[in-house]
Amino acid sequence: MRNILTIAGKELRAYFHSPIAYLVITVYSVVLGFVFYSYVALYVEQSFRMQMMGGPGPMNLNEYIIRPILEGFLMVVLLFLLPLVTMRLYAEEKRSGTIELLLTSPVTDLQIVLGKFLGAVALFLTLAILTFLYLSLLFVYGNPNAKPLLAAALGFVLYGAALLAVGMWISSLTKNQIIAAAVSMIVLLLLYILIWVQDYSPGRTGQFIANLSLSNHIDNFAKGVIALPDLVYYLSVIGLGIFLTARSVDALKGRP
Amino acid sequence: MIQVEQLTKRYGPTLAVSDVSFEVQKGEILGFLGPNGAGKTTTMRVITGYLPPTSGRVRVAGFDVVAEPIEAKKRTGYMPESPPVYTDMTVAEYLAFVARLKNVPRREIKQRADEVSEKCAITDVQKRQIGKLSKGYRQRVGLAQALIHNPEVLVLDEPTAGLDPKQIIETRELIKSLAGQHTIVLSTHILPEVSKTCQRVVVINQGKIAAVGTPEELTRRLQGFETVLITAEGPAPQIRQALERVPGVKQVEPKDTADGRVTLEVQAEKGHDVRAELARAIVESQWRLLELRTSGLSLEDIFLKLTTKDLSEVSN
Repeated sequence: MRNILTIAGKELRAYFHSPIAYLVITVYSVVLGFVFYSYVALYVEQSFRMQMMGGPGPMNLNEYIIRPILEGFLMVVLLFLLPLVTMRLYAEEKRSGTIELLLTSPVTDLQIVLGKFLGAVALFLTLAILTFLYLSLLFVYGNPNAKPLLAAALGFVLYGAALLAVGMWISSLTKNQIIAAAVSMIVLLLLYILIWVQDYSPGRTGQFIANLSLSNHIDNFAKGVIALPDLVYYLSVIGLGIFLTARSVDALKGRP
Repeated sequence: MIQVEQLTKRYGPTLAVSDVSFEVQKGEILGFLGPNGAGKTTTMRVITGYLPPTSGRVRVAGFDVVAEPIEAKKRTGYMPESPPVYTDMTVAEYLAFVARLKNVPRREIKQRADEVSEKCAITDVQKRQIGKLSKGYRQRVGLAQALIHNPEVLVLDEPTAGLDPKQIIETRELIKSLAGQHTIVLSTHILPEVSKTCQRVVVINQGKIAAVGTPEELTRRLQGFETVLITAEGPAPQIRQALERVPGVKQVEPKDTADGRVTLEVQAEKGHDVRAELARAIVESQWRLLELRTSGLSLEDIFLKLTTKDLSEVSN
């Protein structure tokens, strides 16, 4: 455990000693701020309109603000931002030769992989905290349900961790950070839009492929529901990413 | 301390190291000599556990590097050819990180880092970012990193590559001072390095061991015959004749004549030390002996001999 934390700490430190952390956090907060503002503005406008037409009181905050924020545009933004977080994890170590230090130290491959993954997740957690800081502003002005928000937070972190696990694996396949980032974005985007298959092929195959999509499993969490299939899906992606990374680190050793 | 038994390493179809066996005793400095691409780095990477061997066994301090990698790695310090440094860290941060990675107890980290910094003369750059250091300093940080957990075995891949002459001498002195407490394997393709620092040499070429021995042993073994240079005052032709009569002498060749002094190169048969007889021959004839010395093959000559094609001759 100490080894894992040592490596995680090193990764986190590297993020904040390079522009990456600041770039990712800045871009994310700008987008988040805008998205949050838009939904709140829309909510306010619609609530007024409903009341003028003699409808019921204020609409449900969870349904009209939290859910659309957590399953919409913001998720797509993460598809492009998180590869910037994972791109250097292995590519940089391979390029600079520091991978030799890690692999000749008394730590296992799995400890290295987990350490790097945790480091990346820690950076992502700052994004998650920002997000839920915004969302908890709603408690000041309205009264959303807290429990669905917790489920949504869990879903958000799992979704991000899944993206990071895939990105880390792709980073372990190359020495070039740009390639690592670009390929990760493409792979993640494909995984995200896989759900479209459902529209054209509604049969069992279509259903199966759609279920592999990253975007197919956010909805329940955003609604505040923790469903076992979604939980299993994200945990499997994370596990697979870590496993494949460990394999690819092992395969490094066969080469000069 | 290190046992390498019939080590073979293939990269796909390429044979990088073939059937290499050698041992390193505790406290010894072993030099790994060979041209670029001979398999030095590969062998070292197997010893450090970075690469698994295709076949054969490597044990470090009694631990098999494949079966018990963690135990073996705990006892090994490794400096790759290019120092494995994180350029965005300061020297102090880097050493602290490596110390934690190598399981140095938390309380001792500071003290160990100070010790190795002083040994490697990097105390004055502790607060500097590694990326902004010169090549020489980076190399020393690389060495400090290998020493931080006080390993029994040190593996240094071309430790003096890219240093200036003064730094090279300092590094050699440092390495020599480490022998005894550490068992050291170092590789180089620069010859004087070996004769200056190492107690034993393994010459490797095209993945195979070409020769093993002390630098002196190698010199002796490779000379087909002993060569002695003599300078004396007297008539050249007579001296030459007198020397040719000495038993064991194969050939005498005049090298230089000036001011009544002659210099001759005498070649004796292998294994014959004819120096005493040569001196007596000259002195008995009332000539004046000015100088008498053996001219050993330089390591350069040996290296060339070993790594060009005369391998068959050497292995006999």
